[in-house]
Parts: sequence; structure tokens; C-alpha cells
Amino acid sequence: MSDESPRKIRVVVAKPGLDGHDRGAKIIARALRDAGMEVIYTGLHQTPEQIAATVIQEDADAIGLSILSGAHMTLVPKVVKLLREQGVDDVVITVGGTIPADDVPELKRLGVSEVFTPGSSTDEIIEFVRSAVAERSPA
Amino acid sequence: MAIEPEARRRAHQWREEVYSKGAEREALFETISGHPVEPLYTEENLEGFDPQEKLGHPGEFPFTRGIYPSMYRGRLWTMRQFAGFGTVEQTNERFRYLLDHGQAGLSTAFDMPTLMGYDSDHERSLGEVGVEGVAVDTVDDMETLFSGIPLDQVTVSLTINAPAAILLAFYVVAAEEKGIPPERLGGTIQTDILKEYIAQKEWCFPVEPAIDLVTDMVEWCSQKMPRWHPISISGYHIREAGSTAAQELAFTLKDGFTYVERAIERGLDVDSFAPRLSFFFNAHLDFFEEIAKYRAARRIWAREMRDTYGARDERSQMMRFHTQTAGVSLTAQQPLNNIVRTTIEALAGVLGGTQSLHTNSFDEALALPTEQAVRIALRTQQVIAHESGVTNTADPLGGSYFVEQLTDEIEAAAYEYFQRIDDLGGMVEAIKTGYPQREIADAAFAYQREVDNKERIVVGVNDFRLEDEAMDLHRPDPDAERRQRARLEATKSRRDAAAVERTLAELKRAATAGENLMEPILATARARAGEGEIVAALQEVFGTYTEQPQF
Repeated sequence: MSDESPRKIRVVVAKPGLDGHDRGAKIIARALRDAGMEVIYTGLHQTPEQIAATVIQEDADAIGLSILSGAHMTLVPKVVKLLREQGVDDVVITVGGTIPADDVPELKRLGVSEVFTPGSSTDEIIEFVRSAVAERSPA
Repeated sequence: MAIEPEARRRAHQWREEVYSKGAEREALFETISGHPVEPLYTEENLEGFDPQEKLGHPGEFPFTRGIYPSMYRGRLWTMRQFAGFGTVEQTNERFRYLLDHGQAGLSTAFDMPTLMGYDSDHERSLGEVGVEGVAVDTVDDMETLFSGIPLDQVTVSLTINAPAAILLAFYVVAAEEKGIPPERLGGTIQTDILKEYIAQKEWCFPVEPAIDLVTDMVEWCSQKMPRWHPISISGYHIREAGSTAAQELAFTLKDGFTYVERAIERGLDVDSFAPRLSFFFNAHLDFFEEIAKYRAARRIWAREMRDTYGARDERSQMMRFHTQTAGVSLTAQQPLNNIVRTTIEALAGVLGGTQSLHTNSFDEALALPTEQAVRIALRTQQVIAHESGVTNTADPLGGSYFVEQLTDEIEAAAYEYFQRIDDLGGMVEAIKTGYPQREIADAAFAYQREVDNKERIVVGVNDFRLEDEAMDLHRPDPDAERRQRARLEATKSRRDAAAVERTLAELKRAATAGENLMEPILATARARAGEGEIVAALQEVFGTYTEQPQF
């Protein structure tokens, strides 16, 4: 693109499942927005179907799934599967929350680009989203 | 306290001529909530301070120094570790383990589907059954959960809010079927729905019918359960969501006053229910700020209950509270350091005069705790209680220039919030406009920026880092969901389906008519209706709730 203001990175921040812990999701949403991205925060208690629909409808470049309920091994594969089924395979998928280290390889195998556990800084996450999205959509 | 001009002159002189000569480190000299702290507090800070008005003695209005005359010389706080995971059989085993290790009361953590009012066989429950707490679907589960535990001898805390009336009904029926009437049951159910909309975000119904249901329970308990605390008005989750100490204090107290107002509007005498209200606060890392918060909380509650709500019974003016150390302060990095954090926090709770305490386990930033981690957490309380000596005298920090000043400041900050909330039309209206939610999100974001910028050091996270050591973690039982669904299915096949239909229909009728719903809910519980079925029936009348997210 030769446009002087390139398209802003569009990120869906989502809270799947019944978990109500939204401190992290809201901090990340705000930090990404302050970093110049277009952020769509789904709000709480979303089904995988609702999240996949939002990603498609918003034409998102990246998605951040925030899960602190321990249900990540059920919910993340469902979201990934729904996206794949609908032909979406270029969205950068990240997961944040209380994810035991043992589960990270399996999540990555499924197609999650990165997992951010407690203590990750917002700068680190912003940087990751920027570079991962840039890699997937060459100018 | 009158201050001599000479003392004032000396304090100023010290600040100008002595202190100013030294250099200060590059650091934030403020509390973890961002409240500024001076280099020194002196008698000057107590100018105009009337100890009789502001403190009283322990057990005397305004209870700033503690609600009981003897405090921990009379009786230690109740060591109450929150537990719950997997199926009711597994949690029952953990309960017995805790009782065997010297714990005096039980506290139940429910799983997400139970907190949100879904049965374990609901599609939305998939992957979450028994993961973050124990799954309870019917009275049969409640019976097994407390199997072999003398319910008339231990006190039990049930941490559940939106469906609290239903879980209380399950508990009452489970006890009733063991021959224990409700008047002999002692314990607490959280029931604080306002803080759910503000912070914890586990709800079933819109705000208004939800508060009516809370008031139904308060009314019913005031008549039938004299030993039961029907609401534990909770700041814990507000703080965990990222609030400041002053926000935690102000929003929690305002929630409390709202419940009091609703019950009075219902026609209840304030002294008929207020002695059974209790509170639940966070114990965060900023030691003195937390102690000041608890002291201010007692003073405000006593004053407002007496002067605004006309409580004459001293027990209505006494703020009883449970404390839990701050889960949010635990780090996934170098997790053993969390034992130290929890110790500091627990000590603040004790020096602040708590009535019961839960200490978090060091592995909880990673997973639910292992048995070993839970035991260390309990031992932390026992060391404070039996070895540290802090239990020998009540409110040992009372009279400290700094602590008294900070208590006054946090109290003043709470009153400023009360005013802003009143200007919005009260707490319910403020919640509907998202005001407290926004204030908390702003505070959480500001704190995170300070950590990211290393203005605040979190040991092991943004400084003093190490490669992390491997740890044994509690893993959710992958088979618990299947077993719980089988339990529910067994109950459903045994029960009288017509009785379930009939009692649910009667519940809907009573809800439509605006009657007190406790007896109709008890009838559905006896018929073995599932929690999710009862919630769904009420949602047909009340509707559901969707938040407009703020970030």
C-alpha cells in the first residue's frame, strides 16, 4: 500500500467461557488501543461461536483470548477450529492468562502464535502483535 | 490533640533544615494505590485528633480499634481456607484434610458453571465443570459435599452470589435431611451481587430483580437462620479487579449501605438484620494502607449505621469482616516468594483486626493450589497466631502518627466517593452507568503502566529475574466433568419429574407476583431441581444481564 496512513492493525480482545476476570483483558485492550491499534473488546462470557463471528465480521488481523478459568484447553481449540472451518487462517492468535507451561506446546501446535502468562508486560505484547501481524501481511 | 507551637516549629525545622539535606532514592514514595506518603509523621499530624471520638476502645463505638474488647486474647481469628475443585467427593476429602490440620471453619469455592447458574450438563459448562471450584448441581451434591462433617458444629462459608438463594436452599435442605434445622446452621453466604456487576462479573439476572432476591434472603434469614450471615459484602474482588484501597473501601461500604436501604424499604427493622451482615476485604501488599483501610472501614460503618440508618443495637454498628490475601499480588515467577508476600498481607489483616482469614497458596498464580501449598498457607496463619506475639494486644498500631493520619485520609477518600455515587443517584444507578467499573479499570491500567515502566518493582517480574524453576502443580481432574454429569443424570432419573415441574411453575408464579422467593426455591430444591433449571425458570420472569464493557 502506498497510502500515507496504513491501515491500523485490528485486534479482537475476547473473553471466552464463563470466567469473569477481565482486569487483564481490559488492560491489554487499552494498551493496544493506546499503541495505535483498532481494538474490539467482546465483553464477557462469549461462546467460541460468538468470538469467531466477531473476528470475521471485524476483519481482524489478530485476536487475544484471555482465559483465567483453566478452561483454555477446551475453549481455545474450539475457537481455532471455528476460524479454520470458515477459512480464516491468517489471523494471529494469542492467548493470555493463567496457562500452565505444560499446555503451551499443545496450544502452539494448534496454531496459537504466542501465550502470555502472568507478569507479561503490555509493551512486550504490543511488540509481538505488531511484528506477528507484519509478518503475515507483507506490504 | 492540641499541638504546642514549639512542636510545630521543630517539625518544620527538621523538614527544612535536616531532612532536606539528605538525598532521596529515585522511587515512588506513595502507597500501592498511588496515595502520597510523607517522609515522616509527627504529633503535628494529630492536630485536633480526639481519641474518644475517632478511636474509642476495642469493643466500643466507633470500633476503630476492633469490635471485641479482648480481640485475639479472647479468641483468635478463624483460619478459613477457601477450597473447592473437581467433584463433591474430592472437595469433601480436602475439607476433611483441612479440618484435620487445625482449620476451624470451611469455605467453599464453586466452579464457574455453578457461579453462573448453569448445570453441569449445559453446553456452556463444557470444559469448566469442577475446574475452578467444585460443581454443585442439586441437593444431592450438597449432601455429599458435607458428608461426615457436623454442620451444626463447624461454620461454613459458601462463596456464591448470583444464585446464592438457590445454593443456600440446597444447604438448608441438605442439613434438614440430616435432621439439622436451619436455626442451628452457622456460616456465611457471599450473596453480594452488587460487586459482581462492579468487579467479579458472574451474574444471572438484571440488577433490580437480583437485589430483590438478595433482600428476600436477608428477610428469610432474619427470621429462620439466627446464626447465619446472609451477605458478605465484598471488597475483595473489587481490589482484585485492580481498584485502589480507597475504591475498595468506598464501593464496598456503599454496596453495604444499599443492601441496608433495600431491607429497610422492605419494612425490616434495621436491628433485625444488620447484626448478621458481614464484610470481606482484600489484604494487599501495602502494609500500612491496608491496616488503615480496615480501621477506617469499622469507623465509617459504625457511624453511618448509627447516625444514618438508626441502628441502636451495637452489633449492627460493629463491622465484622473476613480477609483474604491478594491473589493479584502473587507472581508466576519465583513462586516461593509468594509465601513472603502472603505473610506480609496476612499480618496486615491481623493487625487490622480481622475476624477470619484466608491465606493464599504460593502456587496460585499458576493453578489451583496443591495440598502442600495449602498447608504452608495455613501454617503461615498459625505462625502469626502463635509465634509472632502480635496477638497480645488489640490494635497495636493505634496512635501511630502515620497510621492515624492514613486512616483519616482513606476515610476522607471514601466519603468523596460516596458523594460522587450519590450524585449519580446511588450505587445501583452508578453501576448501570459503569462508573465504578470505569474507576477500577483506570486504576488497574495506571498501576500496570507503572510496573511496565519499572516505576514500581515487582520482585522476580520486572527486576531480580531468574529462569523459572519447574514446579508440581495441581492439574484439574480430566474425568471430573464426566463423573459430575453422571451424578446429575442419576439424580434426574431418580427424582419425581412432576414435582420438579410443579415447584418450578410455582416459583415462576411467585416471581411474577413479586413475593419472597425463598420458600418456593426451597421447594424446588427438595424436589431435586438442578441449579440451572431453577435459574432458567427465574430468567423466564426476570430476564438476563449483558454488560456494556468499559476499557
